[in-house]
Order: sequence, then C-alpha cells, then structure tokens
Amino acid sequence: MHALIVDDSRAMRHILRKIVEPMGFQIAEAGNGLEGLERLNEIPNMELVLVDWNMPEMNGFEFVKAVRANPAYTGMKLVMVTTETEPSKMARALMAGVDEFLMKPFTSEMLLDKLQLIGVGMPSMA
Amino acid sequence: METADFEYVRDLVRKRSAIVLETEKSYLVESRLTPLARREGFGSIAEVVAKLRMSGFSTLHSKVVEAMTTNETSFFRDLQPFEALKKVVLPDLIAKRSPVRQLRIWCAACSTGQEPYTVAMLIKENFPQLSGWDIKILATDLSTQVLEKAKTGCFNQVEINRGLPSTYVVKYFERAGLNWQLKQTVREMIEFRPLNLIEAWPVLNPMDIVFIRNVLIYFDVQTKKEIFGKIKRLLRPDGYLFLGGAESTLNLDDSFVRSEIEKASVYRLR
Repeated sequence: MHALIVDDSRAMRHILRKIVEPMGFQIAEAGNGLEGLERLNEIPNMELVLVDWNMPEMNGFEFVKAVRANPAYTGMKLVMVTTETEPSKMARALMAGVDEFLMKPFTSEMLLDKLQLIGVGMPSMA
Repeated sequence: METADFEYVRDLVRKRSAIVLETEKSYLVESRLTPLARREGFGSIAEVVAKLRMSGFSTLHSKVVEAMTTNETSFFRDLQPFEALKKVVLPDLIAKRSPVRQLRIWCAACSTGQEPYTVAMLIKENFPQLSGWDIKILATDLSTQVLEKAKTGCFNQVEINRGLPSTYVVKYFERAGLNWQLKQTVREMIEFRPLNLIEAWPVLNPMDIVFIRNVLIYFDVQTKKEIFGKIKRLLRPDGYLFLGGAESTLNLDDSFVRSEIEKASVYRLR
C-alpha cells in the first residue's frame, strides 16, 4: 500500500507521515502539486493522497483537478488537509473530486476518523 | 484531592445521577472540578466541597453533578450504528410506518447534540422521501448546561473536524463567526428537553428508535434494570434500541434480543 503526502511544510509532512505510516502505508512525499504529480507517475498504484491547498508552483486544488482528470488514477482516495475553512472552498474541493476535507489544526484521531469515513484502513461508509 | 472530599463528591454524584465513581477515578473528579472551581470563583476543589457541605442541594451541587456526568461525544460516533440505521433500521420502519407517515426517535443522554443532529442529517441526506412525514427526534440529557449548547446547533472547528463527512458540513452547516451552525431545517427536527434517567420520567410518546449509548455503563446493575424496564414500555413492539459498544441487555433484561446489523449491536423486543 502506498500513500503520498503533498505539503510544502516539511514539519507537516512529518506529522502526517507519523499518523499514516503505522496503518501499513509506504509513504512518498512531495513539496507541491507538480512534484506530487511526478510522484504519482513514479508510483502508479498510489491508494491515498493527503494534499495541502496552498502551495507554491501548483496548489492542491489544481493538483486534485489534474488527478481526477486522469483515468489512470480512478479509485485513488484524495484527502485535502488545509488551513482553508471557507465553506465555498470546501464545496469547490469536493466538486473537484476530493473525498474528504480536514481543517488544520487537527489531531491524529480526526484524520483517522476521516479516513474511516472513506473506507481507508477500515470499512467504508459508502 | 483529599479522600473525604472525593467521597463527598462520589456520594453526591451517585445519589443524583446513579453514576458510580470508583476511587481510581479521583483524577477525573479533579480534572472536571478544577475548571469549575475557577469559574465559580473558588481557590480549590476543597473550597468548593466545603461550600457544598454548608447547604442543602443548591445550584452549585447541580453544577458539580453536571461537570461529572458530561461525556465525550462526536458526530457519527462509532459509525456502525448509523450504518445500521441507514441501511436496515430506517428502511424497515419506513415500510412499516408508511400508512401513518410518522416516526419517533429518542436520543437519551444526547450531551451537546451531536448524536440527534447526526440522525437528523442522515435522514435528510438519505431519505428525501420522508420530507412530508411527521418525524420528531427527542433529545434529552441530565445537564441543562449541555442542552443549552445543543439547542444552538453551534459547533466549533474541532467538533466539526471530528467524524463528520465534509459533504454534510457543506450541505447542512453555515458559518457563524468562527463557529459553524446547523441550518434551521435540521435544527427544527429536534426537540431538546432535560431528563434525568434515574428519576421519574415524564410521559413520553411511544418510540420507534431509542439511542441510549455510553451512559448505562456508568450505572449500577439495579439502575440499569430499571431503565431497561422503562425503555421496554416505551419502545414500540417492532422498534429498535441502540446501546453503546460496551453495553448490553445481557443478564439485565431478557425481554430484549440482540442482533447484529452492519457490525452494530441492535436490540429488539422478543
């Protein structure tokens, strides 16, 4: 199982890695959306991506649109983890194909709850 | 915390709520009563207890009991009971109640409202055909303080972040400053009322579904039996009872039979 963490903060990538790695994922990291797409290209069977919104080069929203436009990535779970808290932005992200949206700051329990909702690591709600 | 003070609080809580605080729970008493002491202008828990000893049952007594009985909650807590509700329980009851187009649901020990609001949103999201039905969710708790918060339908970001699908946030909440408030169409489905499970219950309508989760665990055997006895009389013969994950009617009331639906334990009358 592979998971990708896309965030321009190394500290945040480290925090997310510590939460997700024990679930059995092999973790890849990227510092922006463009790097994220490169990682996906290198590791084709990525199951889960945790992606920030505000990043240089390519932001998380553009990254999500690019991923969802590529049929090779069908079934990949996308969770946006961001400081954005505007309902309109949350709605836009969901429309663009994000499976769940987690607002920073968060606890590991909150992230695990969100993953459970979309059936990652545990039975699906769908 | 002094042993005598702990024993005083333990006896008070036991008498008013039937919740049993074991000696090893003194840390819990300290963590719950320290903020209360500060809020009420006391220098320590010892001062609070000294004040309590000086009078009969007062508002301060009530606040101490409430501080000790307010439990953790979140939207979609445990997930499986709500899966059972969505996939089996509601479809079954909708079929059976279609002649009368009425459903009654009770969330006992609702705390700050996440459970009844979860039920309300789940109904709106998955059963649009119920829009013309008479559906009432009664939500009760011992604590008037948590009920006041519950009624507002306002939740902070930490509460919103826990267990609530983002699609629900977008559809059923509005921003209220830094908080999030449930829309009126959801809030109006619920009636919040104070009810102490161990005292005499007011007259309640027969219920199709009862949620009484993660509260019986604190009660002694006799109290649990009495509460099951009352629920038995309240639940319609084809109704459903949901308990917490660590709770059961086993060896307490054999009128209920347990079945497993969507990995959740659901109890029905024999």
